[in-house]
Amino acid sequence: MADSAAPAVSEKYEDLVQRLSKVVERLEGGGLSLEESIAAFEEGIRLARAGAAKLEEAERKVEILLEGDRLAPFSGQDK
Amino acid sequence: MPERLPPRPATSAGQFDLFGKREGGPRVYSVSEITREIKAVLEGRFPSVLVKGEVSNLRTPSSGHLYFTLKDEDACLEAVLFRTEARRLRFQVRNGLSLVARGHLDVYEPKGGYQLVCDGVEPLGAGALQIAFEQLKERLQKEGLFDPARKRKLPFLPRRVAVVTSPSGAAVHDFLRVLHRRFPNLPVLIVPVRVQGEGAAQEIARGVVRAAKQRRVDVVVVARGGGSLEDLWAFNEEVVARAVSSCPVPVVSAVGHEVDFTIADFCADVRAPTPTAAAELIARVKDELSADLAQRRARLQRALRSQLERKRAQLDKARARVADPRRLIGERQLRLDRLRQRLEDLHREQLAARKDSLRALRQRLAEQHPRERLHRLEREVARLDQKLRSLAERALAARRHRFSGLAGRLDALSPLRVLARGYAVAFDPRGHVLQKAAQVTPGERVRVRLHEGEISARVVDEEEG
Repeated sequence: MADSAAPAVSEKYEDLVQRLSKVVERLEGGGLSLEESIAAFEEGIRLARAGAAKLEEAERKVEILLEGDRLAPFSGQDK
Repeated sequence: MPERLPPRPATSAGQFDLFGKREGGPRVYSVSEITREIKAVLEGRFPSVLVKGEVSNLRTPSSGHLYFTLKDEDACLEAVLFRTEARRLRFQVRNGLSLVARGHLDVYEPKGGYQLVCDGVEPLGAGALQIAFEQLKERLQKEGLFDPARKRKLPFLPRRVAVVTSPSGAAVHDFLRVLHRRFPNLPVLIVPVRVQGEGAAQEIARGVVRAAKQRRVDVVVVARGGGSLEDLWAFNEEVVARAVSSCPVPVVSAVGHEVDFTIADFCADVRAPTPTAAAELIARVKDELSADLAQRRARLQRALRSQLERKRAQLDKARARVADPRRLIGERQLRLDRLRQRLEDLHREQLAARKDSLRALRQRLAEQHPRERLHRLEREVARLDQKLRSLAERALAARRHRFSGLAGRLDALSPLRVLARGYAVAFDPRGHVLQKAAQVTPGERVRVRLHEGEISARVVDEEEG
């Protein structure tokens, strides 16, 4: 049942979308029992939500790596 | 070449007496003397020359000096490039390479030879950088560093993009502008390096290594705007090639313009023709991703809906199939009835046929009934009886007739007829006709028969007669 596991936070967007794609195809392919269909649908919705969250989660941050691996905001006007 | 050397002695043997003892004749040099003079002339005459030729017979002893022969179609010139100069070369001197060597002529007296001592060589035709580029490319290619199988896919959606580049160049700005136009909230880490000049290659290499180590970085971009081959040279250095090849996360090279290819390009997992192109390769359009996601979601919903409809249809079909048996049963019942009917008809027909045949048999049997025979026999018996009677009667009549005849005759003879004339007949009790008186004793009863009737009488006396 690894395939239907809840989407992990660490999961990559691509993997989420791939899983979502599989779920959609599985559902579109038919041949599922009613219970499986509903479970697949719910899983798909969860994956879609997780994917959407992934798209939003990144925080626009442009930083510059300084000596000693310190970070500073990058203004674009450096040097 | 040696037109400025002292003219050689004439070769015609008879023209002078080489070994003559004449005073004032030609000067006789010792080998050392002449060699010294040659050295002075040669070295003085060619303190710095440029000589072009093809490298052959290259020798590289452990000293690090390079020994080779420069040659063209008609002549050869020994040459040496000392270690310190050899190290500075960006390309490798190889046999067959045409080059221009700069140096001075040197005469080595103990051997009586001369050679060109080079203080620099340049490849002929293509520039030194070009040659160096080709040579490094060839070497790394042989090592398999450009193998397509080594190329990694870029992350579909990077979590954080590291850019190894000059923080002040146009490249980084172009890159960021395009990147954030496509995916506005994608985090970026700039790893500042010098991208040209002495030490730039080492900085870039180190920058790649550092970039890959940063948290969440899953793609590294090595970027630089356009420039001359010389400007872009750092990206053709082996140290950069090595850093790019061994980087733990995928590397995108985006160096120079579209036409510029660097060694880093060949080593990178993906080569972008320009920094902006790199941004396009790395970041998908967020709106498209969102739209794609929404579309998948819609598909999901449609799929569920159609799945439900399918299930419902299946259910209906199943239900219809459940109703079927009833119909089937009805059909079967009808068939059964028809069969039963046929069976009954058949039975009836057969029964009738049997009855008919039975009737016929009975008829025939009845005809054979004993009563009939009895009747016939009775009739026969009656007939015979009748016949017998008539026969008997006839016989009786005949006998009666005879009897009556005989009786009449008898009658005529009967004693009883005597009685009619008044005679009587007496009988003793025992019925014997009395013929003698002695037959009776007085007192005894006798019967007397008359012509008509009888009388009983008692004997009174008797008399012997």
